[in-house]
Amino acid sequence: MKIGTAKHSYQADEALLTTRPQRLWMGLFALGLCIAPFMLDNYWLYLACLVAINVASATGLNILTGYTGLVSLGQAAFMAVGAYTVGWMQLRLGTPFLLNIVAGGIVAAAVGLLVGLPSLRVKGLYLAIATIAASIILHFVFVNWQSVTNGNSGLTLTPATFLGTPLTDYKQLYFVFVPITALMVLGAANLFRTRVGRAFIAIRDRDISAEVLGISLLRYKLTSFAISSFYAGVAGGMWAYFFRVVTPESFPFVYSIFFLAAIIVGGMGTILGAILGAVFMTLVPELLRFGIDWLTPVLPNAAAMLSPVRTIVFGLLIVGFLIFEPKGLAEIVQRTRRYFHLWPFKK
Amino acid sequence: MSDLLFFFEVTLAGLGSGALLSLTALAFVLIYKATRVINLAVGEMLMLGGYLFFAFAAGFGLPAWAAIPLAIAGGGLVGAVVERGLIRPMLGESPIAVFMVTIGLGSILVGLVELIWGTDPRALPAFMGNTPIFIGEAYVSRKIAIAFAVAAVVIAVFLVLFRYWRGGVALRATATDQAAAYSCGINVPGVFSLAWVIGCGTAAGAGVLLGSIGGISPAMGVFGLSALVVVIVGGLDSVAGALVGGLVIGLIEAWAGTYLGGEFKLVTTFGLLLVALMIRPYGLFGTTEIERL
Repeated sequence: MKIGTAKHSYQADEALLTTRPQRLWMGLFALGLCIAPFMLDNYWLYLACLVAINVASATGLNILTGYTGLVSLGQAAFMAVGAYTVGWMQLRLGTPFLLNIVAGGIVAAAVGLLVGLPSLRVKGLYLAIATIAASIILHFVFVNWQSVTNGNSGLTLTPATFLGTPLTDYKQLYFVFVPITALMVLGAANLFRTRVGRAFIAIRDRDISAEVLGISLLRYKLTSFAISSFYAGVAGGMWAYFFRVVTPESFPFVYSIFFLAAIIVGGMGTILGAILGAVFMTLVPELLRFGIDWLTPVLPNAAAMLSPVRTIVFGLLIVGFLIFEPKGLAEIVQRTRRYFHLWPFKK
Repeated sequence: MSDLLFFFEVTLAGLGSGALLSLTALAFVLIYKATRVINLAVGEMLMLGGYLFFAFAAGFGLPAWAAIPLAIAGGGLVGAVVERGLIRPMLGESPIAVFMVTIGLGSILVGLVELIWGTDPRALPAFMGNTPIFIGEAYVSRKIAIAFAVAAVVIAVFLVLFRYWRGGVALRATATDQAAAYSCGINVPGVFSLAWVIGCGTAAGAGVLLGSIGGISPAMGVFGLSALVVVIVGGLDSVAGALVGGLVIGLIEAWAGTYLGGEFKLVTTFGLLLVALMIRPYGLFGTTEIERL
């Protein structure tokens, strides 16, 4: 508990960053993001872009699952909707890429509204299973709607162009993706200072009580689905520009589980949690790869073990965090901060 | 005439795979009924059962009559370990968290199997013979017929056990009211373990049957998704629902696969699932949950 923080205006009370050290750290972090691309090599830039995409999508899922309490296993399918929309618009209409990405988000939000409909009737695990059903049906649509999705062979995109320059290398993409993601995270953080966001939290805590208080479950549950899918759609759009090939297999069911795992590991219902979780879950498989590379001289067939070991570690992370640290990485960060607030007086 | 015969054959094949679905769904329902845990790793338990049988029969060269019980016992053992190590610490947590634990568990099992046996699909050693069986003029694959018979017997045995066996009664009592079961002297944590052991053993047995029909691969856990549809349509806590739901889904999958094309199989069942959820959110035979503030 921090003392001496009496506020003199509502504006100060509602501010996202309340203390000077927080503002300082955030400024340093933003500066770091700006200069990072000049320090990193291509491989790390590739990872940074991937992290940006995953952070955007995980933040979206966090709005739905962490803040509204509706579990969804369809996040990857919504991303696919965004990616296909972007691909189709890029190839057929040739519209500017920022417009395409926003359109991808909007189409995904529309699909999300539709998928959210069962949430009015069922909740909890039944809803999770309904979203599995939705993602399987969407996969079927991607395979069979030949004229738009080009079936199993998928869409191959031309690079996005921004102010006449094609965005081909990772450094250029980084400077597009990271601001978009930052904007979306900022939007999510602000959402929970508004009536809509507060309504989401009320629904999560007890939906019947929320309804008694005059929160329309129909409206807010569907809004939550729409916003979350919008985030997924935008992330999918960035994904499409990043890999430039979109096929029905680009967004497997495991990818949906990945996002759910990311927000669990990071900490559900906190903005920081989705970010930390997405970063952590994206980087762990890469770290494992370094570990395996390092083991190769000792174990000759270590390379073949990479994929199974990744699968096992993925599962262990989910299980381990749920059992030992249910509030996730965000809680660890909070604990560290508390420690330094009180240091050296209390452990 | 031959069209009708063909339809009849497809129907029989559908009933055969439906019986396997029922068996898997039963493993699901058993665990849910006793412990209120949705075990999404049931498909992976199935896969593990298939691989255990493979290890005992092909690896150690044991005959089928020894390898099958060993595979089932192995599945049960894994179930016991999982219950004690992963599910017990999660008692009282939100159902979603426990559900995610089982998803993580599924991932661990897939990884372990890939690490030990590799990712290539394998065929199980044949132990059922290949001579087809004819019902009237209709042809039924022998393996599917045997799978159907075994599933039917196992399900019947389960129904009798639930009705008359002490453990079965304890299980039903726990499912109805945990606190009351406790005060009657029933060892509720013991029942939880029992449900996991039997559930995972059943899944492993179903895995041996499924593997002997279609071969085994680390990806065969997908079958668990179809079983998930069965329990949702039938009702999560209803044995009868698992039975009827399994046969219905098996039939529909067979018809959709034959008359619409293989790619329609999964989408039809999941479409059906959505419709079922909209009409009867708690399944055909499930108990409606009443919420109080």
